Amino acid sequence: MDATLHLLSLTSPGWGGVLLGGLVASLQVAFGGYLLGLLIGTGGAAGKLWGGPILRDLLEVYTTVVRGVPELVLILILYYAGTDAVNQVMALLGLPSVDISGLAAGIFVIGVVQGAYSTEVLRGAILSIPPGQIEAARAYGMSPLLALRRVTLPAMLPFALPGLSNLWLIATKDTALLAVVGFAELTLVTRQAAGTTKAYMTFFLAAGVLYLGITLVSNLVIRAIEKRALRGMTRPGGAA
Amino acid sequence: MSEVQVPSAYVAPKGRSLFEPHRIFLMLVFAVLIFCVAWFMRWDWLPRYQDRLIYGVGQTLLMLFSTAIVGFLFAVPLGLVQVTGPKPLALLARGFCTLIRGTPLLLQLWLLYYGLGSVFAQFPEIRSSFLWPYLRQAWPYGFTALMISFAAYEGEVMRGAFAGVPRGELEAARAFGMGRFTLFRRIWLPRAIHRALPTLTGETVLQLKSTPLVATVTVVDVYAIISRVRQETYLTYEPLLLLALIYLCLTGILVYAFRLLENRIPTRGV
Repeated sequence: MDATLHLLSLTSPGWGGVLLGGLVASLQVAFGGYLLGLLIGTGGAAGKLWGGPILRDLLEVYTTVVRGVPELVLILILYYAGTDAVNQVMALLGLPSVDISGLAAGIFVIGVVQGAYSTEVLRGAILSIPPGQIEAARAYGMSPLLALRRVTLPAMLPFALPGLSNLWLIATKDTALLAVVGFAELTLVTRQAAGTTKAYMTFFLAAGVLYLGITLVSNLVIRAIEKRALRGMTRPGGAA
Repeated sequence: MSEVQVPSAYVAPKGRSLFEPHRIFLMLVFAVLIFCVAWFMRWDWLPRYQDRLIYGVGQTLLMLFSTAIVGFLFAVPLGLVQVTGPKPLALLARGFCTLIRGTPLLLQLWLLYYGLGSVFAQFPEIRSSFLWPYLRQAWPYGFTALMISFAAYEGEVMRGAFAGVPRGELEAARAFGMGRFTLFRRIWLPRAIHRALPTLTGETVLQLKSTPLVATVTVVDVYAIISRVRQETYLTYEPLLLLALIYLCLTGILVYAFRLLENRIPTRGV
């Protein structure tokens, strides 16, 4: 027990600080990827609902492919292709090639994967807004963008929340996959710590506790947000 | 099977034709893209690895179906206990589901393989037991991790499905004088599975997408074969593109097969 605590201590001989660093890296990627995914998802949902036929078909291809291929494979492809593409563009512009930070690449990868799922979530949520509300906004003379910002997005939020909170939990767990491309997030540093000290059980269990902590805290926050978003709504059985 | 007249409440809108002008244009663009990929990239390694790739796909499918079936067998009691079990058991099942669903599968897999594997190796009793030849390999750990994950996710679905079976049906069964077990076997379980079937498609596709993780603990599936190709040929994109294509096809086939299965089961106002 004493030895375990020694291993997990925050200062140098212990690996606790390293684990917490990994946790912070994981959370950064999860946040960034989730936000990027929301951005892509909003655009994607708008494109699927109101875009032209070509844009709609292309978005359909995007969501189908991303949801049909394992995240691990997508992460490998996007990780290499993304860094490659940036360097090619830099070469075209006559600039020296840059080292892309693992953080940026990780956020990009998770964002693209999340974008496909949130496109579908947001599209479904927008479809379940009573159309009269959007028509009323138009009738008031709001431009489409203003109507989107003032009416459509806030009105769809209660419908989108369950799907979006699920996506956030998936995002936090998907960051673990970045361990395979060598990004030093929680799972990878855990494995390094475990491999160095041979205390495999200790470290993997500690990392498990950290991940579980993220999930449980997220659940509390989600419940608070849901309570706020659903205030004043009368939906028997709808409000979980 | 006799034809049953099913009153259809919802008629899906007719799908848009595949041959609208913009679709033909898009198909042409994609055809050119695919031609470029086939022509300008290197595919000469394909024949050499063909047999191993087919073997890998077989291993992936074996992993998928074995873990899904065994996992489902565990999911049924996990869901049932949460609905009707005694309090401590229900709490235990609930905690198990939360624990598994709250941590990444990759971490669970590594915990089992590296953690449990190293613990097993410390005990001479286990090392000398008949199980040791299996415990030394990687696949039991991969199988266990995938199976537990499927059981936890599907257990949550089954909980909802068991709870959602109308009470009247269960009361009717009891009024017929069915015992608890007969009631479960004849009414409750079939109705719950029926309710859970639509989500089962999604869960199975998710499970398929989780299988490549076992390659990180040296289990040989199609992902591991492709990694091997990448190491031996120093190619980055070609093997990965092929791998994505393989998984896309597998997903498509799975979804199609489940749709056939679902259509065979008559539904009335569910």
